Amino acid sequence: MRNGEIVTAGVLALFSLYLMWKSTELPVGYIAGQGPGGGAWPFWLSAIMLLCCGMIAFNWWRGTSPPSQSSEPVLDAYGWKMLIMVGGGIVGFVALVNIISMYGAIAVFLLYYVKYLGRHGWGLSLSLALITPLVFFFFFEGAMRITMPTGMPFTDPVFNVLYEIIY
Amino acid sequence: MEILALLADGMLLALQPLNLTMIVIGVSVGLLIGAMPGLGSVNGVAILLPVTFLVPPGSAIIFLAAIYYGAMYGGAISSVTLGIPGASTAVATTFDGRPLARQGRASLALVTAALASFVGGTIANMLFTLFAPALASVALSFGPPEVFALMLLAFATFVGLGGDDIPKTIFSICFGLVLGSVGFDQISGAPRLILFEMNGFLQGIGFLVLAIGVYGIGEMLWTIEQSRGEVSKTTPKMTLKGMASDAKEATKKGWKGTFVGSFLGFFVGVLPAAGATPGSLMSYGVAKMISRKPETFGQGNPDGVAAPEAANNSASTGSMLPMLTLGIPGSPTTAILLGGMVIWGLVPGPRLFVDETEFVWGLIGSFYVSNAAAVLINLAFIPLFIWMLRMPFTVLAPMIFVLSIVGGYAATRDMFDIWLMVIFGLGAFFLRKFDYPLAPAVLAIVLGPIAEPTLRQSLLLSSGDPSIFFTRPIAGPITVIALILIFMPAFKMLRRKRQPA
Repeated sequence: MRNGEIVTAGVLALFSLYLMWKSTELPVGYIAGQGPGGGAWPFWLSAIMLLCCGMIAFNWWRGTSPPSQSSEPVLDAYGWKMLIMVGGGIVGFVALVNIISMYGAIAVFLLYYVKYLGRHGWGLSLSLALITPLVFFFFFEGAMRITMPTGMPFTDPVFNVLYEIIY
Repeated sequence: MEILALLADGMLLALQPLNLTMIVIGVSVGLLIGAMPGLGSVNGVAILLPVTFLVPPGSAIIFLAAIYYGAMYGGAISSVTLGIPGASTAVATTFDGRPLARQGRASLALVTAALASFVGGTIANMLFTLFAPALASVALSFGPPEVFALMLLAFATFVGLGGDDIPKTIFSICFGLVLGSVGFDQISGAPRLILFEMNGFLQGIGFLVLAIGVYGIGEMLWTIEQSRGEVSKTTPKMTLKGMASDAKEATKKGWKGTFVGSFLGFFVGVLPAAGATPGSLMSYGVAKMISRKPETFGQGNPDGVAAPEAANNSASTGSMLPMLTLGIPGSPTTAILLGGMVIWGLVPGPRLFVDETEFVWGLIGSFYVSNAAAVLINLAFIPLFIWMLRMPFTVLAPMIFVLSIVGGYAATRDMFDIWLMVIFGLGAFFLRKFDYPLAPAVLAIVLGPIAEPTLRQSLLLSSGDPSIFFTRPIAGPITVIALILIFMPAFKMLRRKRQPA
């Protein structure tokens, strides 16, 4: 945790510097008759962020913050596995939306999570993976008239059937 | 008398079929969300906000306020039955609720929690009705310097009252404010902070994207990592006769804690950024302090359940007071409600009481109806909620992720925002590991677009002289209080250093 805290503070300090630099694309000082320039607000806030990172680093050096006193790893084996499996699953879910549609991605994600990560039976996994996207489809497209991404053209035949039901 | 007439109109509005349906659904959903480990009112309101865009704004806010109410009731269910608080607001409930459950008296703990929540909510509603119009009429004289001073006060309370790491809290506030400034400069109209030259940032970063990322994805990852699936459950047996006898015992043994929680919770809730969590913890502490048997706290004292439960309900109503009258939220949940109101085209603040009287009093009326509905639904459906809590977390978690992604897309209709949401979720998970508080960032992204123009207008009024925030009769004291709160941690540190000397 100790190393992780200073690395995080360093990354956030770099990001603050980037935000300060980016803010200077608009004036950051006071313009007579117009008030503070458009970049002033984010510039000075980013400067405070940078200052805070310095204070976090100082507290780390003094060992006053709980993470700086901890010798535990940021994530143990379980934590990394969880992050890769669950976090990766969510990233995969979003990546699939533009390929197999929002509803297709929901089905694949639920099947992956419930069957593979949750180790539930095929019955429960398949029921959830099939019923949930259908419920969402009729709720969003039918009741709320909100169109979700339908993915690549190969999904059209499925959507044609579903749209015929609701329209 | 005028207030009573307005309140009666408001209650009639809240009892209209659509609004009543919204209240019943909202309270039920809120109870369930509040009872789920890892989810609280803030998650429920953030995840379900996109769903409300189909109903009129009045009904939508009533729905969200009902979720807020329900979640406050629901938090106690998992605190008692699972031993893990459904939300941070119910942490103090576990101190005595869990020992009661271990003694086989979970039913008493749940009934005490429900009744205390009801009393807390009712007292808070009365205080709200009494104070809101008065505060709103004072706030009508506010100009840009006063509004900015209030914003400063909202952020200052996070720094001064929050127990978290101060530099990290300030970082979180500034980060939220900077995120809120991405897109276009509101005054000149020039593109601003188009990060990494990605066009998706031109439309700005919506608070919903950050809120769902932090609370829908980040916090769920955190819960999965922390709980590791090891949750011990207590399944209480509940009968009608047993509940009636428990209600008698709860009234007898929990009245003192209920009243402490009801009043203290309301006033802590009114403070911006304080909210229900510190309210419930403080009430538990005070109830213990004034008890004749303080040693029984932590071992299953009904007063120890009643005080935090009355307080978190009372504080949730209290935190709506500054949100509606001044436009500054008293808690992360009200920050999201405030964001929702802005999306619906309503401007929270003193003008709301003048321009949208029906909306405001409909909402206040709904507090009373929601409170009554919540206690009835809670008592009636406790066995059902307990059954649903047996749903494996490996089914619950993916459903919440799906709801977050789909809900986020329904609100923004942009895959760029969904990717941003995932990044915020993963980032929030890591930041939380290093004790960065994230609620201030969510509060700041909502308040940033109000704070920046008022600061710029004020400085334009004074030709760049910042003393305008100190010389005006209302802005001055608010700014001074805000500065005292900001520097309070430094004063405390200095005092600690002097003491050993």
